Amino acid sequence: MFIGGAAGYVGSLMATKKMSLVGDVLSHIALPGIGLGLLYGINISLGALASLILGIMLIWILSLKTELSMESLVGVVFVLSLAVGFLITPQEELLDALFGNISAVAMSDAVVAVFISIVVFIAARMIYSKMMLAYVSEDLALASGVKINKYNLIYLFLIAAVVAFGIKVGGTLLTSAMIIVPAAVARNASRNMRQYSWLSVIVGIASAIAGFAVFPFLAERFGLSVVAIGPIIILASIVFFAVSLLFKKR
Amino acid sequence: MDFQDNQNLIDNKEEKLLESVELILEVKNLTVSFGEEKVVDNLSFNLKKGENVAIMGPNGAGKTVLLKALLDILPYQGEIKWSENAKISYVPQKILPEKNLPLSVEEFFKMKKAGREQAKEALASVGITDERFLKKMIGTISSGQLQRVLVAWGLVGNPDVLLFDEPTAGIDIGGEETIFNLLNKIEKERNLSIILVTHDMSVVYGFADSVLCLNKKLICHGSPAEALGQDSLKKIYGEGVTFYKHEH
Repeated sequence: MFIGGAAGYVGSLMATKKMSLVGDVLSHIALPGIGLGLLYGINISLGALASLILGIMLIWILSLKTELSMESLVGVVFVLSLAVGFLITPQEELLDALFGNISAVAMSDAVVAVFISIVVFIAARMIYSKMMLAYVSEDLALASGVKINKYNLIYLFLIAAVVAFGIKVGGTLLTSAMIIVPAAVARNASRNMRQYSWLSVIVGIASAIAGFAVFPFLAERFGLSVVAIGPIIILASIVFFAVSLLFKKR
Repeated sequence: MDFQDNQNLIDNKEEKLLESVELILEVKNLTVSFGEEKVVDNLSFNLKKGENVAIMGPNGAGKTVLLKALLDILPYQGEIKWSENAKISYVPQKILPEKNLPLSVEEFFKMKKAGREQAKEALASVGITDERFLKKMIGTISSGQLQRVLVAWGLVGNPDVLLFDEPTAGIDIGGEETIFNLLNKIEKERNLSIILVTHDMSVVYGFADSVLCLNKKLICHGSPAEALGQDSLKKIYGEGVTFYKHEH
């Protein structure tokens, strides 16, 4: 639930076209870390975080050294991680890694996740307005003394944190959706930044709650091994999205 | 005495004149390069307090690059010295927010730490007095209004210098007023220096105290009448360019 809220919030910053692909794909970069975590019995969130940070640094350095766009670099690092991830992730765990498995979440994980969510939320709140300004006009932001590169990097790390701790629930494929969909819902329905950011948080939380509410029924019916909660949360948020389309202005 | 000596004399006199007034900006040997290419090549000029300067030149002459170097958002060689405590503000070339960008005008001002009252005051300076305007989404206002908002945004915090990147003179910013009238008004009300990049000769003649013509190197610098002789125009834009100055 907390992760849902934090994911929604950082997701709302992803209004920027430039960043949306970056964030989307970022969650897949976690795969090799998950694989290693599973292989060696380390906490997969830590594994995911490690490989995310490594991936981000790689993208960052390449983007400074080469003239290539962030998108293409992310693309390269993304397929690299995916390939490596598939090779090293044990076959039988691959589905969990991709789609998440709530039963693998221990109480200690949950506590850490709540804590991380709050930290991410506060950090995102601090950079929010500057990121938004940079989105409206990079030159204006730079001229106002906003160090865009620095904030972009902080932002990537925030996403990495959300992904790393959301991954047990949503898996690599669906965690990115937890970041993107609430923001899309909010964008359809809001007229200013305040509404937009709060609505993203609310939809993120609401989707998580809806997912948890529906999950037990489905799990009872079809068995825990068949039903994962990640997809249910995503589906819930998609329902919100459909509703928001109805409210869309004009 | 030959011509060269004469020229030196004049130059010396000019330098003395410049020294006697307070300078707000000194630029010495400014060079900005993108890779191998020098986009701004060894530029030197000064700007007096309260002086309005128009920067002219063909496309790709390095005008915007010069502005960005002055703002310290591009790496450069050479020296750019603003006077102490000079507050510099920037009005960018047109920005294009998406139609559904969830950002209100008021929130746009908040990004510059401007509260509601400050935003209202700045907007009033550019002729927007309707309070409901603050609630509008920034992507939905007209391009003329957006231009006004950007100017107002630049005015927040009472800058001493306003750097203005190609305010399109032709743009209809509402009513009879042109961006040029607006600049004149702001300049009088607020006593600031405006450095603007422009193609528009009427703005140059009507507004600027001095002109900088740029084509990577500095081609001319001086009052509009003396700097924009036929020779300099040819140097900047090539042969066959004439400008008919309207005499009033």
